[in-house]
Amino acid sequence: MARFAVPLARFAVPLALLAAWWAATASGWVKSYQFASPRDVAREVLDLAQSGLLWRDLGASVERVAIGFAIALVLALVLGSLAGGSRLAERAIDPTLQGIRAVPSLAWVPLILLWLGIGETAKIALVAIGAFFPVYVALVSGIRGVDRKLVEVGTIFGLSRLALIVRVLVPATLPQLLVGARIGLTQAWLFLVAAELLAATSGLGFLLTDGQQTSRTDEILVAILLFAACGKLSESLMRALEKRLVGWADTVPA
Amino acid sequence: MTARHAPGANNAARIRALRKAFGAHLVFDGLDLDVARGERVAILGASGCGKSTLLRCIAGLERSDGGTIATAGEIGLIFQEPRLFPWLDVARNVGFPARTDAERARVPNVLALVGLAHAARRLPKELSGGMAQRAALARALVRDPALLLLDEPFAALDALRRIELRAAVREILEFTRASAVLVTHDVDDALALADRVIVLAGTPAEIAFTGLVGETATRAAVLDALGVAEVRPRLPARSARHGASCTS
Repeated sequence: MARFAVPLARFAVPLALLAAWWAATASGWVKSYQFASPRDVAREVLDLAQSGLLWRDLGASVERVAIGFAIALVLALVLGSLAGGSRLAERAIDPTLQGIRAVPSLAWVPLILLWLGIGETAKIALVAIGAFFPVYVALVSGIRGVDRKLVEVGTIFGLSRLALIVRVLVPATLPQLLVGARIGLTQAWLFLVAAELLAATSGLGFLLTDGQQTSRTDEILVAILLFAACGKLSESLMRALEKRLVGWADTVPA
Repeated sequence: MTARHAPGANNAARIRALRKAFGAHLVFDGLDLDVARGERVAILGASGCGKSTLLRCIAGLERSDGGTIATAGEIGLIFQEPRLFPWLDVARNVGFPARTDAERARVPNVLALVGLAHAARRLPKELSGGMAQRAALARALVRDPALLLLDEPFAALDALRRIELRAAVREILEFTRASAVLVTHDVDDALALADRVIVLAGTPAEIAFTGLVGETATRAAVLDALGVAEVRPRLPARSARHGASCTS
């Protein structure tokens, strides 16, 4: 029994919640305008899928996250390498970036909407701002934290500066960088919701506001469930990538 | 700044008037040392006397503040800890310094030499301390160095692994005929592995003792030069009733 109990345990709480949800709505204890039933939500998913709106909204959100995250990754790699590799560059750019980082995410929204309008650019920019900092911070601390003793080994064997970077610094920094990227991707989804809640005509965040305005809790719940699925999926992808690329690490940093 | 040039035909290393300071602390002020080709020199001395600094100067990891250090051919250096690259398996770690195909082709040979042929595909995290240090030794040997520098290579190992690895290093040094400078705080390591024992002492450090193993460098002489009196335990009385105690 114990052999099956452990793998099944992870499903126990979700199934219990689902059962409670179903019981609460089916008994009429919770009205459908307060909280849609599992059946309504399932039907809404099918409806949205059939009309194509599901794919449109899901696709729009995933695209914004992908583009914003990619931009953040490139910027963080460039600026993080500079700040991590040179004290002078760190003095020059790090205080400014830390200042910007201290600004709460939503404070950027009005400015970005004024600058970039309510189009795609504004949303992608907001996602990029959110995803940039975890990657940048992780990369700088990763480069700073490279074991000096390993660098010495490279020096003894007469490695050139470039070879030292490629063969020692990059692999030594990779575990931290990937952790930063995983957190950055989570942040990207967070900032996407903020962007889409405020101004969007498509996307999962739009589904949320649309459901709110039309008092359709089933639509809101579909959007929430899709957000959960997307977040979980991107987290799993990043973890798989970590396992594959830095499985050598004795301890994977949390 | 240290000038580097050939150490002379019969030397693996020649150090002349070495000067090295850390801030106001003068570690060396005019140290001379020759290591002959094929010679194995052990350097002993109290903690912080400059043993490791000397090795790091020879290896080029520390810039000296004066004098000349000349070495012949490749240098291999082994530290107190293995310092393997955790992302490379044993074979790739050992092959890391290799530059030519001939050097890369030596990887299986040096792995066999240190007794790690079976562990070539393992990651450093899967190795015991002794195995990791053997891998580090193989890595230092892969380019067939003329001079092997060993900085307390057994210090991080337990007593049994220490004896094992000491025997392995001894065999390898016999086999490769490389010159070696061994920094250690263990007199037994020094006497087991070296042809010549040197004791560094003082600030700045100077050579307080030098002697050939089997001649003047006896255990007692080296301990004496280190200023250590071996404490002989006062043995308990054989029979308390008789009140007899044996002291020696």
